[in-house]
Amino acid sequence: MTTPATRRLPVVEGAGPIDHAAAAALFIADEDRADWHDRALWYVRAKRDVAAAAVPEWEALRDLASAIKEHTLSRLDDYLIQFEAHATANGARVHWARDAEEHNQIVLDILVGRGARRLVKSKSMLTEECGLNPYLESHGIEVVDTDLGERIVQLRHEPPSHIVMPAIHLKKEEVGDTFHEHLGTAAGLSDPVELTAAARAHLRDRFLAADAALSGVNFAVAESGAIVVCTNEGNADLGTALAPVHVASLGIEKVIPRHDDLAVFLRLLARSATGQTLTVYTSHMLAPREGQELHIVLVDNGRTVQLARKEFWRSLKCIRCGACINTCPVYRRSGGHSYGSTVPGPIGSVLTPGIDLERYAALPFASTLCGSCTAVCPVKVDLDGQLYAWRQHVTAAGYLSASKVAVIKTSAQVLGRPWLFRALGAVGRSALRILPARLTRMGAGVWARSRDLPHVPPRSFHAWYRANRVRTRQP
Amino acid sequence: MTARDEILGKVREGLPPFTPLPDVRAAAHSFANPAVNQAGRFIEAARASGARVTESTRDDLASLIPELYPDARAVLSSSPSVAGTMVFSEDPHALGDTDLFVCEATLGVAENGAVWIPASRVRHRAALFLAANVAILVERYVLVHDLHAAYAAIDVAVDGFGVFVAGPSKTADIEQALVIGAHGPKSLSIILLT
Repeated sequence: MTTPATRRLPVVEGAGPIDHAAAAALFIADEDRADWHDRALWYVRAKRDVAAAAVPEWEALRDLASAIKEHTLSRLDDYLIQFEAHATANGARVHWARDAEEHNQIVLDILVGRGARRLVKSKSMLTEECGLNPYLESHGIEVVDTDLGERIVQLRHEPPSHIVMPAIHLKKEEVGDTFHEHLGTAAGLSDPVELTAAARAHLRDRFLAADAALSGVNFAVAESGAIVVCTNEGNADLGTALAPVHVASLGIEKVIPRHDDLAVFLRLLARSATGQTLTVYTSHMLAPREGQELHIVLVDNGRTVQLARKEFWRSLKCIRCGACINTCPVYRRSGGHSYGSTVPGPIGSVLTPGIDLERYAALPFASTLCGSCTAVCPVKVDLDGQLYAWRQHVTAAGYLSASKVAVIKTSAQVLGRPWLFRALGAVGRSALRILPARLTRMGAGVWARSRDLPHVPPRSFHAWYRANRVRTRQP
Repeated sequence: MTARDEILGKVREGLPPFTPLPDVRAAAHSFANPAVNQAGRFIEAARASGARVTESTRDDLASLIPELYPDARAVLSSSPSVAGTMVFSEDPHALGDTDLFVCEATLGVAENGAVWIPASRVRHRAALFLAANVAILVERYVLVHDLHAAYAAIDVAVDGFGVFVAGPSKTADIEQALVIGAHGPKSLSIILLT
């Protein structure tokens, strides 16, 4: 058993700090793909805007959602106990897991206890975070991810690159190649309709043969013990409606007080995620079917540590819609895998450094602090503020890269001395005019690698202002 | 110490300052409610979700269903108004070859075209997801404006399971191309009863 201080996400083990910038550089080296990825995400963001604008009370809903979550987190112990009591009374078995290892062990014990060898899973970022699939596979369990995007990346031995659209980084031709290799579809087949039909047939057999089904949970309702699962494909329902065992993995921050609160969150969730008014299936699961077992595993895995952090506890309000990811100019041009974190994008860069600051020290800097994430967040997490706050912690802990330290030190010296700033400004304006572009771009370092330097004005703003201010005072 | 007690202890140690729980019902009453033509909004939203919407009377269902599904041989129905050709087996796995499943919703939501189906209305919840096609009957008078009104009207806890259904199963996981018929039904009909 590891201590909380040394506990790590499984993806972290044996690897050094994430170099987001280096991974992003690889991604944008293929300019066509980077542009395509950027457009695909922006298309989803635009659909979100249309859906949000169609709801006159959108901002009121965001305020309500934020307030409900903040209240719940301020009384989280009470609501967890309420939820447990109601779920147990409904006939579910509730388990508690301190960390990823304990969660995985509980799930394995449930499966082994029922002689289950074949598990179908619907989407659960929590089980990704816990590294459940490789753990179960190493114990002889066949694990099939049934969400289409997740199945695609599972067959390719890749992690999801997005929490809502796991295969958003792949082109249809690549999916076709993967299906040709694993599902026996015709070589060169790349039509999404035909590829989806092939996956449907392949997975239908797995659903019917499964010994157990595992689902994630979008919301857990304290007043009734209901777990609410949202999908478009129907895969969570197909799995749990057939298999004799249902295991639901649930992060402790997912609990909400009442059914009435569901209305607020469900009105925001799908509109923020994909621009739909509601996901196709919003299932409320309270009791197991006759003859079925329902196990609910409540997982901490670092969430109580985040809850205790004054600057960062509000990140636990997140409902995993992915809107901040879709809108992020850095995510769109660097791809989900560049973050090396189960949850990428702005929310991932706020959550994951809390688990391992040294390894994820680069993530709070994978942002321009433009604030677009905060503007679209349906539960009003102050994402850019939290990214900025993490930067202070990274710097204080000494995890800042040497080049960033040098730039910041130099900037502080120059910006703190007006005479030096003016002098260097004058030198710079002349140098940029006189020297060849190749040389000046080299001087601007990585910044200028894919950007043009701005036009050089003949004089500084300071000089311009002094000249003009005097004139306007005269009349 | 058990994991439960340890986690709850850490939660208590780290609780942020108390803030009150807002009154969602009161807030929802202040939202604009375009009460005009609830059915029109419902139909528009259901169609946008990919459902086919038809209006009918209960008496006409016997002729309407074969008209809508001329090729359906294996028909399963949990509606007293529609006769099926299949019986509900004990084991839901046996329902895999269902061409058409017909059931009744207890509520419809105008803002998103979703219908509410509690477990007691479908016998096997698997039928909703295994059948190739699904037709859901919903009375015009049970339509409500939005999800706030929906949760005020339904009792989620009365059955062990309940689901909002908004359209046929779908996916856009391959290059954002919308494909109808992911794992569940390839088509959904909403039949609005008048």
